[in-house]
Amino acid sequence: MGPKEENDLAAIQRGEDDEDLIVKKYQRGDGINLEALRDKKLKGQLRVREDLNKKSAKAAALIEKWLMPGGGGYLIAEGLEKTKRVLQEDLGEAVDILSRQKQYDIVLPEFGPYSLDFTSSGHYMALAGRKGHFVILDMKSMHIIRDFQVRETVRDVVFLHNELFFAAAQKKYPYIYNQDGIELHCLKEHGPVEKLQFLQNHFLLATINKSGQLRYQDVTTGEIVGNLRTGQGRSNVMEVNPFNGVVAVGHSRGSVSMWKPTTAAPLVKMLCHQGPVSAMAFHSNGHLMATAGMERKIKLWDLRKFQVLQTLHGHAQTLEFSQKGLLAGATGSCVEVWKVESGTSSYESYMSHTMAKGFQVGRVAFQPYEDVLCLGHSKGYTSILIPGSGEPNFDTWVANPFETSKQRREKEIHALLDKLPPEAIMLDPTKIGAVRPARKKEKPTKKEMEEEMEAAIAAAKDIKMKKKTKGRNKPSKRAKKKQEAVEKAKRAFLQHGVAEESSKKRKRISEETEVPISLQRFVKKKISG
Amino acid sequence: MKVKVISRSADEFTRERSQDLQRVFRNFDPTLRPQEKAVEYVRAVTAAKLEKVFARPFVGALDGHIDSVSCMAKNPNHLKGIFSGSMDGDIRLWDLATRRTVRQFPGHQGAVRGLTSSTDGQVLVSCGTDCTVRLWKVPVASVMELDDSSDDPTEPLAAYVWNNAFWAVDHKWDDNRFATAGAQVDIWDHNRSQPVNSYEWGKDTVISVRFNPGEPDILATSGSDRSITIYDLRLSSPARKVIMRTKTNSIAWNPMEPMNFTAANEDCNCYSYDLRKLDEPKCVHQDHVSAVMDIDYSPTGREFVTGSYDRTVRIFQYNGGHSREIYHTKRMQRVFCVKFTCDASYVVSGSDDTNLRLWKANASEQMGVLLPREKKKHEYQSSVKSRYKHLPEIKRIVRHRHLPKAVFKADATRRIQMEAERRKEDRRRAHSAPGSRPKQAFRKKRVLQEVE
Repeated sequence: MGPKEENDLAAIQRGEDDEDLIVKKYQRGDGINLEALRDKKLKGQLRVREDLNKKSAKAAALIEKWLMPGGGGYLIAEGLEKTKRVLQEDLGEAVDILSRQKQYDIVLPEFGPYSLDFTSSGHYMALAGRKGHFVILDMKSMHIIRDFQVRETVRDVVFLHNELFFAAAQKKYPYIYNQDGIELHCLKEHGPVEKLQFLQNHFLLATINKSGQLRYQDVTTGEIVGNLRTGQGRSNVMEVNPFNGVVAVGHSRGSVSMWKPTTAAPLVKMLCHQGPVSAMAFHSNGHLMATAGMERKIKLWDLRKFQVLQTLHGHAQTLEFSQKGLLAGATGSCVEVWKVESGTSSYESYMSHTMAKGFQVGRVAFQPYEDVLCLGHSKGYTSILIPGSGEPNFDTWVANPFETSKQRREKEIHALLDKLPPEAIMLDPTKIGAVRPARKKEKPTKKEMEEEMEAAIAAAKDIKMKKKTKGRNKPSKRAKKKQEAVEKAKRAFLQHGVAEESSKKRKRISEETEVPISLQRFVKKKISG
Repeated sequence: MKVKVISRSADEFTRERSQDLQRVFRNFDPTLRPQEKAVEYVRAVTAAKLEKVFARPFVGALDGHIDSVSCMAKNPNHLKGIFSGSMDGDIRLWDLATRRTVRQFPGHQGAVRGLTSSTDGQVLVSCGTDCTVRLWKVPVASVMELDDSSDDPTEPLAAYVWNNAFWAVDHKWDDNRFATAGAQVDIWDHNRSQPVNSYEWGKDTVISVRFNPGEPDILATSGSDRSITIYDLRLSSPARKVIMRTKTNSIAWNPMEPMNFTAANEDCNCYSYDLRKLDEPKCVHQDHVSAVMDIDYSPTGREFVTGSYDRTVRIFQYNGGHSREIYHTKRMQRVFCVKFTCDASYVVSGSDDTNLRLWKANASEQMGVLLPREKKKHEYQSSVKSRYKHLPEIKRIVRHRHLPKAVFKADATRRIQMEAERRKEDRRRAHSAPGSRPKQAFRKKRVLQEVE
């Protein structure tokens, strides 16, 4: 057997494992434990459902294996090379000509620093310069769709549900513009907004303003659905968790609070950093959050347990997760990308990029469905290649980079029909339609009760006595006091037992007499008499 | 260094010519669709609402009779043909597609009380209060389409006079015998002018008769002595009898389960019985607020339609305690007869206001030929609806029906009465010797006794 055949065998083996993994992904969690069910009818129905679920997961896995057109990008170092040391120039020489065109700098020195946003398909980009410069760009053809000035401070820009509308946070109010740069709305209720976010499924525009007020506005009806006081001062760090629509705000005292529009108190308040939180990002699977603090730490959090998974050292002014889970951060003129190496579970440095001195990167954003990282900085905007960052296979009905205008119109209608109510925002969105588990607590058994009592008695015996004066420190007094404590600990358990016993006795009496319900109220009297 | 970057050329992902279909790529990765459960739930709510929006069950009224419609019969040979008989002795054959009378069969002197057609669809049998049974030749399908002989008087094939008025007639499923109900149950042959056999059990009038489609020798009748009687033609005497507290107006056999039948009772309920276990009904179907006059099973055997004296038509699941659908219009009066069409997609009702009415069996179903895309959409909507049907919002939307004021009020009154009865029974039980008044299920309470 030659080495090649061995390789093939390994590949086949790996392929099977891969398939199992893929099936697991599509099953969306474990199935129901049918053995625990007693209702036979329900069991049968659920078994059918489970079988269907398994079958569809398998079919989806097969589709992924054989029918999906593209494999993802990669960058593998050979010999002594390290991926971290690979320069963009070298990458550009190694890749095809189409991809090479995606490496470019656009120098716009006058109106920076620039913030940017992509549509969900990555086809269009909005650039907004701090000093009031807007550009809407078609990323496929690199045509400028619109380029205009507002001559006012612009802090943030965000696309609404498609490329036709975008919102911008300007000096005093946020505004909504259409693609042609015509101002459609001035959202005066929001005030001077620091950061904007758009919730795709809910059609909500979330803003946080200078006084730390978090507002949600429904962009279809114009109704303000939430007006929440974060109460922790000014903040310009706000991100939406795409998994559940919860908005997280990073505060200057190092805490992160998570909000939904329908409750006034935060869902979660967690202390993440010693210093102010400078950046934040969410992984698309919703279980991972990255925060960066001013104390030069980047922390990765497991949002299921709210625990730190990993701490990376370094500072980040901006953070972003790619579709495939790569984490990009930038500070000053340095950009760093981290990646989970296969076989490990921690983020390691994957690539880095350094701009010329004096370029202050203000925003990093991965272009969806492409291996491209876009940097908005003080002197314009730069696009670099990060192989393996983007999702290679798009779904025409979810986000289509090659969307025609007819498809876009159709999709808009469907998205509006499927618009989620603001109540659908919750920490665990899989709970919708599920059964709430019974809260009934099991009664402790006799043995458990005895053990508990013994533990309580032991604890009472172990109490350290204070030193007392005026004869209260006599050994007899101390012994008495200790005895009292033990009795007190016992009493709670004994009383419980007594109550149970008396109820049993009563029951026995009623059983003995066996009178109709209507006469039972006379029974007690009779016995006592 | 090995490197690969995603690179898509537009011509691989877009169509070549403008006549081509747009290319579609799928990726079923759950992370691309966040909050899919919430989206699904919203879709289920929308589907439930759309179902309500499109619920337009009334197709049309077939008018022509000049007295109330008393009975109907399906034409087994022709999907859109239906016969109806009225209280003035008029029998009509209707074309459901055009909603017009194809032919009339004049002859009866009094009310027509029973109509049935032979299984081959050649012969129509009618009977009435004029003590006659008449056999008619059914026009062939082509004549129905031509529709030129609607006023052509036709003579019956045969008219047999007997010595009592008839209440109902039903044809046997495998040969040319039929049964009439009146003072007794008579079995007739097409070619004999007198009954070939007669059954009698008690002196009370028999008011309905129905042959079992699966087991052709078995027939069930209901009588004015509140009884349901089972006959076997192979025996010389009736087989079994069960007496209920109130009269049964009509009986229908489940065409898919030959041992089960459902009885439409005078006490507003329908009772599903198992033939082998007549001492208690298997299921009580309640919702009507007045006597149920007629009942007919869908050919699928999964649901049945009932017409009631409370001016409504209801559709029940074969095992459901409450109706899934109620049909009513302002102009529809007491419903005397109902039929499911042979393709299970329409319901016909005949009522006191001399009209037949045509309803859809599924109120919001889209009729006509569906595109595959439409079909898929309907399937998807029904499946999300059924997945989230237990959630209160969806349950509320799906269950809600507008009721006529009279029915609504009668329903509320009935509920109060039932509750009071139950309370009284509870108190009586509490104040009597333990065990002397055992708790009895409602379905058992309604049956008095079973006689062998």
